Amino acid sequence: MDLKTRLYDKHLELGGQMVSYAKYQMPVQYPAGMLAEHMAVREAAGLFDVSHMGEFLLEGDRALEDLQRILSASFLKLAPEHVRYSLLCTESGYCIDDLLVYHLESNRYMLVVNAANHEKDYEHLCKQISPETKLTDISEACGLIALQGPKSKTILEKLIDPELLPSKNYTFKADLELCSARVLISRTGYTGEYGYEIYHDANDSLKLFEAILEAGHDEGLLPCGLGARDTLRLEAGMPLYGHEMSEEINPFEAGLDFAVKFSKPEFIGRDALLEMQEPKRKRVGLKVTSRGVLREEMPIFLPKSDEQVGVTTSGTFSPCLKTGIAMALVDHDKIDLATAFEVEVRGRRIPVEVVSLPFVHGKEVQC
Amino acid sequence: MKYTKSHEWVDFIEEKKVRIGLSAHAVHQLGELVFVNLPEVDDELEAGESFGDAESIKAVSDIYSPVSGRVSAVNEEVLDNPALVNEAPESTWLIEVEEVSENEELLDEAEYKSFCESEA
Repeated sequence: MDLKTRLYDKHLELGGQMVSYAKYQMPVQYPAGMLAEHMAVREAAGLFDVSHMGEFLLEGDRALEDLQRILSASFLKLAPEHVRYSLLCTESGYCIDDLLVYHLESNRYMLVVNAANHEKDYEHLCKQISPETKLTDISEACGLIALQGPKSKTILEKLIDPELLPSKNYTFKADLELCSARVLISRTGYTGEYGYEIYHDANDSLKLFEAILEAGHDEGLLPCGLGARDTLRLEAGMPLYGHEMSEEINPFEAGLDFAVKFSKPEFIGRDALLEMQEPKRKRVGLKVTSRGVLREEMPIFLPKSDEQVGVTTSGTFSPCLKTGIAMALVDHDKIDLATAFEVEVRGRRIPVEVVSLPFVHGKEVQC
Repeated sequence: MKYTKSHEWVDFIEEKKVRIGLSAHAVHQLGELVFVNLPEVDDELEAGESFGDAESIKAVSDIYSPVSGRVSAVNEEVLDNPALVNEAPESTWLIEVEEVSENEELLDEAEYKSFCESEA
């Protein structure tokens, strides 16, 4: 039986089409449809229920030391009220998950993990932390909604003193009051656009979701489902666990070099990762130059050749570019910008070209 | 208007001439269409075989011919603007087929409705 977020009834009331995702019933789209929801985020704003994400608290005198030893990024210079992206790797250098680390206060951190990996992350962390460090899974009690798009600042400022909001990307403010709920607001997201993620007590999810929808009504805000979340992150060139990185795709193949800090003398997977720095295949962006939609796990060939040079990892129709796009793993020595390949789509060869990521750049914030 | 179990509709506009489209149920399942691939005029179709596909953002679906015959017209407007199918699935035809010789098992509206319910 799937789990439901506290917004389940609200999604039904809004006409959301519910699907099973990472053990949750989540809306894939609302009646406006994925295209309209996608464009709302690019041009105005969209509101997402992402309460299925997992949140852990890590506390204690050795919390920082543990993060340094367990994760691939470095947190020594991560000031309070700042967020950092990291990978959680095995000893063999492959990814158990990717996650965000929030520095709440001295010796206190919040980790935000993928819903699908929630349990294995928790088990792995339990095994790896020091006995003195306290790890708490707060996912059940923690609601999360994302307000994304160039109008998101204007919308939120109707509900809260603008001075209180975090302004810089990957920063946050905790203990804010929004619609008489206590919230943590970060300048983060998974769309490539200016936006916020709002962590809160799950009991307040409905109140917050309704208040923000109402505040955004005249700004073109739409509730958005997982469908638009996927097309937006794909256009933004953002990796998704299980597609662009996994326990089979290493961080350097995925182009996540920036999240691996060899300056740290020791962390889980360091030795194996040192050997992976010059991968044979790399993540690239592909764009269809004729008609057709790319999907995941489609083989890529040199033009008019049977030589396979790679495979797509995620694909969709790009609502902004109005053509098929994909991220793919391609043999490193075959890649140059504008290189032409062919992708086999249901038995047909479709011409594509290599393009730089992201496919679409976020807009400047509109105040 | 009749339906197939593979979710096409077929409308006999003459004794041996039909128009074919996608059922509202199928279109709702697919979501917003972004491409529709159709055969060309004069192509021969076999009942039960795929003659094209419909791609939405999230999925792709083969379109099967309810009849055997020869394609006599293709709805070019749909090729240019697949959203027309979403707007009015059961009045937007995709292809017209002449010289219809045989057909798949066809369901009337009530039979098709209960078939969809049994599939869900």
